[in-house]
Amino acid sequence: MISAGLDVGSRTIALVLLGGGVTDSAVIDTGVNPLERCRQLLADKGYQQLVVTGYGRYLVASALAGEVVSEIRAYAIGARHLYPDCHTVIDIGGQDSKVISLSEGGAVRKFEMNDRCAAGTGRFLEVMADTFEVAIDGLGGLALGASRVVQINSLCTVFAESEVVSLISRGEEVAAIALALHQVVATRVAAIARRIGFKERVVFAGGAAQNRCLERLLSDRLGVEVAVPLKPQLVGALGAALLARQGRKTI
Amino acid sequence: MTNDNIKMWTELGIDLEKHDNLLNALGPIFQEIYLSQQNRPDGMAFFDFVVGDIHGIRVRELRQQAKNGGKVVATYCVFVPEEVVWAAGAIPVGLCAGTQFSVPIAEEVLPRNTCALIKSSFGFKLGRICPYVESSHLIVGETTCDGKKKMFEILAQHQPVYVMEVPNKKTRLARDLWLGEVVAFKDVIEELTGNRITADKLERATRQVNNRRRALKRLYQLRQANPVPISGKDALLVTQVSFYDDVNRATQQINALCDEVEVRVTTGEGAFTKNAPRILISGSPMAIPNWKLHHILETAGAAVVCEESCTGTRFFGDLISEDGGTIEEQLKAISERYMKINCACFTPNQERLNDIVRLAREYRVDGVVHYNLQFCHTYANEAVLVEQTLAREGIPLLCIETDYADEDIGQLRTRVDAFLEMIGR
Repeated sequence: MISAGLDVGSRTIALVLLGGGVTDSAVIDTGVNPLERCRQLLADKGYQQLVVTGYGRYLVASALAGEVVSEIRAYAIGARHLYPDCHTVIDIGGQDSKVISLSEGGAVRKFEMNDRCAAGTGRFLEVMADTFEVAIDGLGGLALGASRVVQINSLCTVFAESEVVSLISRGEEVAAIALALHQVVATRVAAIARRIGFKERVVFAGGAAQNRCLERLLSDRLGVEVAVPLKPQLVGALGAALLARQGRKTI
Repeated sequence: MTNDNIKMWTELGIDLEKHDNLLNALGPIFQEIYLSQQNRPDGMAFFDFVVGDIHGIRVRELRQQAKNGGKVVATYCVFVPEEVVWAAGAIPVGLCAGTQFSVPIAEEVLPRNTCALIKSSFGFKLGRICPYVESSHLIVGETTCDGKKKMFEILAQHQPVYVMEVPNKKTRLARDLWLGEVVAFKDVIEELTGNRITADKLERATRQVNNRRRALKRLYQLRQANPVPISGKDALLVTQVSFYDDVNRATQQINALCDEVEVRVTTGEGAFTKNAPRILISGSPMAIPNWKLHHILETAGAAVVCEESCTGTRFFGDLISEDGGTIEEQLKAISERYMKINCACFTPNQERLNDIVRLAREYRVDGVVHYNLQFCHTYANEAVLVEQTLAREGIPLLCIETDYADEDIGQLRTRVDAFLEMIGR
């Protein structure tokens, strides 16, 4: 029996199929027609149950006869499955950042999200990567190579971009600016984690967790080593698939 | 839209094009949010009707008042003692400030990082789209926040404005100041209307407004039942309409609704099932037509059973003594009642924290959603204390900060869904 979990996010769609273990997975861009993308992604997958999470969950679940779950619960379930000692999940996605606190039993105890704009999210780093003319995959590496530290004050994507532009025009080292941007995000997310009262183990998931610089800075800021799953952008879809396997939202 | 309405709006100097856009937008929203609800009490028909003709029938009554030489006094806040206005034969009308529609107009003048309620109300005047504003002879403001305080100064460039000073503490000195404000307000209203407020008239007005408070309180108490007999959206609408409808008619309609809802409670008929999570909303006011948070919560399967809000318990909680007495004694009783409103403008404000805990128990809620209008600093900062208090009491809390625009609905749904999963019943 195959259970499918879909995480329809603002930037990417992730799919996890579960048989005995994970039998298949994929990450694609969301694009402008997420429902069509999901249909293509699920074609010939032969799944029996589907649970959908992410921003597109209602749209996709109603069209494809699935159930819905919030990303917050999906990430909590996925992270706890991968790390049975997980008590805190940090998820930095395309459109928002979340810190989720888990109870001993793995239920969501408390959660916090960033406010309405893209401040401190994966999208923030994407916009900045564009400014540097590097691919998003290369941004973390670039920052880690910085030989010095500069300060960026704004968390706002728009204002930070103008700060970056003025630093570039002053001849500042690009790697140092990139590092500063990562620091802005890490400081913001670490503040949310402190506010919620994080406990080890801290699992860092979501697309932005592929960024090694962010991983290192978050570990520094929190004073603990954050754990990053092999495919961090699949954690939400995995949680959804686990729920689908249970047949109901009873985990 | 009848020709009579168009004629009236033209006389009032309304910008008809903008106004059409507003009403054309409001219709479908009301249909989607309200009329699509299942199993509503029949008594909601009156309130639906009033909203359906939101700028028609009631405005006509206000115009008639003006034609007869009477005055209309517009207010924005539950601190303005409406008894005084009624007693002088004038009509108080609570202005709405709950739509994104007028926000961009206000932003041509006001700073963007001002709360949506202030921008919405100011935009209505600047854009000449609210017939209630245009029908009023005096706008009464107050000093419950810095943003409003300064906005009233700018508003006064367009229309007569009088500002009451609401103190920020509840000390003896502050109470004396507020009593002085209430007395001064009586003089202002007497001068505006040319009518003297006698002890008899004030006593009668006090009883009338008290009766509406009693009716609203009755409705709220019925919401303590499980299953909840009326949706949170409907109850919110009743409160919102009470701000601008005639006090006696509103009282009568609310009581009629309560009679029906009472039967529902007896027969166990609910607007939601018994298992629906019960939510108390606490925080910034929700002026008509701001139904955003209620709609998100109730379409996610929760039931909003109480609002600790200016469009909720703060509006009708506590009665004024009906012992009558001299005009001075009555004004003192009035001022004392209004000082019991636990607005976040006060420091300290432990009473509001107590209220939230008490209401959470009385309404047997599964969780509290703290609602904060973005840039409303008093409620935003007080939320920290609310969080500490509720954590101590073991009551789950979700803090929402938003405004009137729709672009964050996806994020809000995620938070709300996760919260409901978390408190899962």
